Amino acid sequence: MTKRATGLIGSRLGYRINLVGLIGFAVVLFWAVIALFAADLIPYSVGEIVDTDYFGPMHPGLWLGSDYLGRDMLSRILMGARYTVGISLAAVTIACVTGVVLGMAAAVVRGVVDSVLSRILDAMNSIPSKLFGLMVVAAVGSSIPVLILTLSAIYIPGAYRFSRSLAVNINTMEFMTVARIRGESLAYLIGAEILPNIIGPVLADLGLRFVFIVLLLSGLSFLGLGVQPPYADWGALVRENLGGLPFGAPAVIVPSIAIATLTISVNLLIDNLPRKIRDRSAP
Amino acid sequence: MANLVEIRNLKVEATTDSGRRVEIIKGVSLTIAEGESVAFIGESGSGKTTIAMTLMGYARAGCRISGGDVWVDGDNMVTLSEKQRAAIRGTKIAYVPQSAAAAFNPAATIMDQVIEVTRIHGLMSPAAARRKAIELFRALSLPEPAAIGNRYPHQVSGGQLQRLAAAMALIGNPKLVIFDEPTTALDVTTQVEVLRAFKAVIKQYRIACVYVSHDLAVVAQIADRIVVLKSGQTQEIGTTHDILTQPRHPYTQSLLAAFKPKPHSRTAAPESPSHPLLEVDAMTVGYGPVQRDGQPLIVAVRSVSLKVERGRNLGIVGESGCGKSTLARAIAGIHPAHAGDIIFDGHELWNTARKRTRSQLRELQIVFQHADTALNPAKSIEDILGRPLAFYHGMDRKARDVRINALLDMVHLPRTVRHRHPGELSGGEKQRINFARALAADPKLILCDEITSALDTVVTAAVIELLKELQRELGLSYVFISHDLSVVEAICDEIIVMYRGQKMEEITPAERKAPQHPYSKLLFSSVPRLDPSWLDALRQDPDQVRDYCQR
Repeated sequence: MTKRATGLIGSRLGYRINLVGLIGFAVVLFWAVIALFAADLIPYSVGEIVDTDYFGPMHPGLWLGSDYLGRDMLSRILMGARYTVGISLAAVTIACVTGVVLGMAAAVVRGVVDSVLSRILDAMNSIPSKLFGLMVVAAVGSSIPVLILTLSAIYIPGAYRFSRSLAVNINTMEFMTVARIRGESLAYLIGAEILPNIIGPVLADLGLRFVFIVLLLSGLSFLGLGVQPPYADWGALVRENLGGLPFGAPAVIVPSIAIATLTISVNLLIDNLPRKIRDRSAP
Repeated sequence: MANLVEIRNLKVEATTDSGRRVEIIKGVSLTIAEGESVAFIGESGSGKTTIAMTLMGYARAGCRISGGDVWVDGDNMVTLSEKQRAAIRGTKIAYVPQSAAAAFNPAATIMDQVIEVTRIHGLMSPAAARRKAIELFRALSLPEPAAIGNRYPHQVSGGQLQRLAAAMALIGNPKLVIFDEPTTALDVTTQVEVLRAFKAVIKQYRIACVYVSHDLAVVAQIADRIVVLKSGQTQEIGTTHDILTQPRHPYTQSLLAAFKPKPHSRTAAPESPSHPLLEVDAMTVGYGPVQRDGQPLIVAVRSVSLKVERGRNLGIVGESGCGKSTLARAIAGIHPAHAGDIIFDGHELWNTARKRTRSQLRELQIVFQHADTALNPAKSIEDILGRPLAFYHGMDRKARDVRINALLDMVHLPRTVRHRHPGELSGGEKQRINFARALAADPKLILCDEITSALDTVVTAAVIELLKELQRELGLSYVFISHDLSVVEAICDEIIVMYRGQKMEEITPAERKAPQHPYSKLLFSSVPRLDPSWLDALRQDPDQVRDYCQR
């Protein structure tokens, strides 16, 4: 059980880093760089028709083929990364910050505040997420800010429940009592006493929630309710090129693969986060 | 006579999470004769339990026996296969764990669990096993021996459960029984009864036993020979008499020295007859909603009054569940008192900490029993000690650095620990940090809630010395809560004995040796002495024992 010496890198830093986690991290980093610099990397403008044929195959110059209008698929995937990664990241940040702060506060304050918050968020949790998304988009129309807020609202209750259950355990510790009778404020209690103890699981949860949001966003876009033309995220790319499926066109397969690589690698990363080595006196 | 157990040059190795190997038992050799009681004594981490476990051929996860032989009744436990070892465990060697409450399955009756060993090894018919179990229950002086087996583990007391665990170990007629700190979790009055029962059955069935403990006084009652261990090596092996009267090794001497009663000599009366530092008047504390009679559902502390003079110490003693910790929590304002007044330094305090002023909170500090949970594991020592300095005194970074160093000096810790995290310190070091945090507030009174209970004797003695020294230097007062009377006697000017939420008696130094109340007498007489004949000579009124101990 202790013979897992292979795949150990970074023990010099006091952390045990797993090879699988490293691969996950590399893929996530790859997509993050693409999302940041997509505008400088694309060979053609996303709206430019460059191929005389539609659903063209992969060949030099058009590395990922062309889409249903003959536009360059590589450029559209690269720009799509911006929307998929950007919107999901914004939504997951809002959802987790709100949820985790509320969850820790509820665990520390307890009593009525906890009950009221928990019941409201439980009620929100009981609404099916896709239906909620469809309803909001139908009511106020689809725009990127609306999408971000809707997606984050859907995932706040989960983050709240998760952090609350962790914080309740920490709250019973005597150092919480010590801090409380020192006269510390709520902000100090949750920020300085509880958060450092739950940050690991909370980050893992953030990664998982990011995956959910990517999938939900892609789903909404696939249904035509997400990112609207002329912009396109990966979900929208799959939808608009669906006609290429009978031809085995790369245009429909590549965005699906892009979604899969991002979500799977985030999962691999959070399952294999670096673990701190407790035995410090190691050579 | 041939030796039942022969351990030769035993080595046990552990692998840490960085893949480094550490030798935790460094070549131990010892023998145990048939029917002999041998005690393993040493501080926590000395390897006493690890050695005891190797007698069953067992090493904890992450550890392995890396060298040497463990011969038990003709078998070498090191080289046997796991299957062969399993056949020996329970029949030749049995084990009594520290916490019987955790060792019993709450969903099965006691009898089913006690006779399980005979079923697994096919030793006797269930009916015969039951008869044998009842005979053992009687030998262990358990109440209602014929019926107690039908109960479930939660229906008997802690002391009874510990004896039932011994019955479970003895049912397979073992030649050797390992007792792993079996009375550490028990109250002193219960401990007396359990020790007596153990001693009687060991003699009656002529069983060899290994008794693992850190309490020399307990060991003295039961062992023929004592093995003193420290950091995985035997320091000294000798008969109980020799070890107690002429210890050769310095570590054994320090162990004995920790036991020498050091009566609290400073009896100077308070200089000025001014108001007391803390006065608690008719305090009632309870749990649950208030009932129709105006009392809480469960009353944990019933109308207790006490007084702490400036620069003097008050001890509160009593068994678990007597309400002493609840009383401390009520004084600190953690658990609001139901009724009664708290007057601190001439001002009345609110019953809840939330309504008290910052300087009132600062002047009255509380130190908890478990330094593990009282120190935030995610913060460095520097941050832990620095927070009260910034919070109460508004010190900037530079002033804090100076003060943290001074605090670490005060509690005799090296300054380098400031960058470490609590998980990297030993139990005694953590308790010192826990105490230093209270000192950082510059308090007038410190409530010490069982602060030495998780520490072994040598470390306890050092912590008590430290408290006395700090009191001389800083003019503090302590309220010292403990179930350990020797600790309280060592530091307190006045002692309050509590029983079932009520104050039984207040003992002042002059009368300390002669408590008046029958319960106080019982409690004080139950504290084990180093004298090996103490347990046999101890006479307690059985009616009184029954009245006061819910056994």
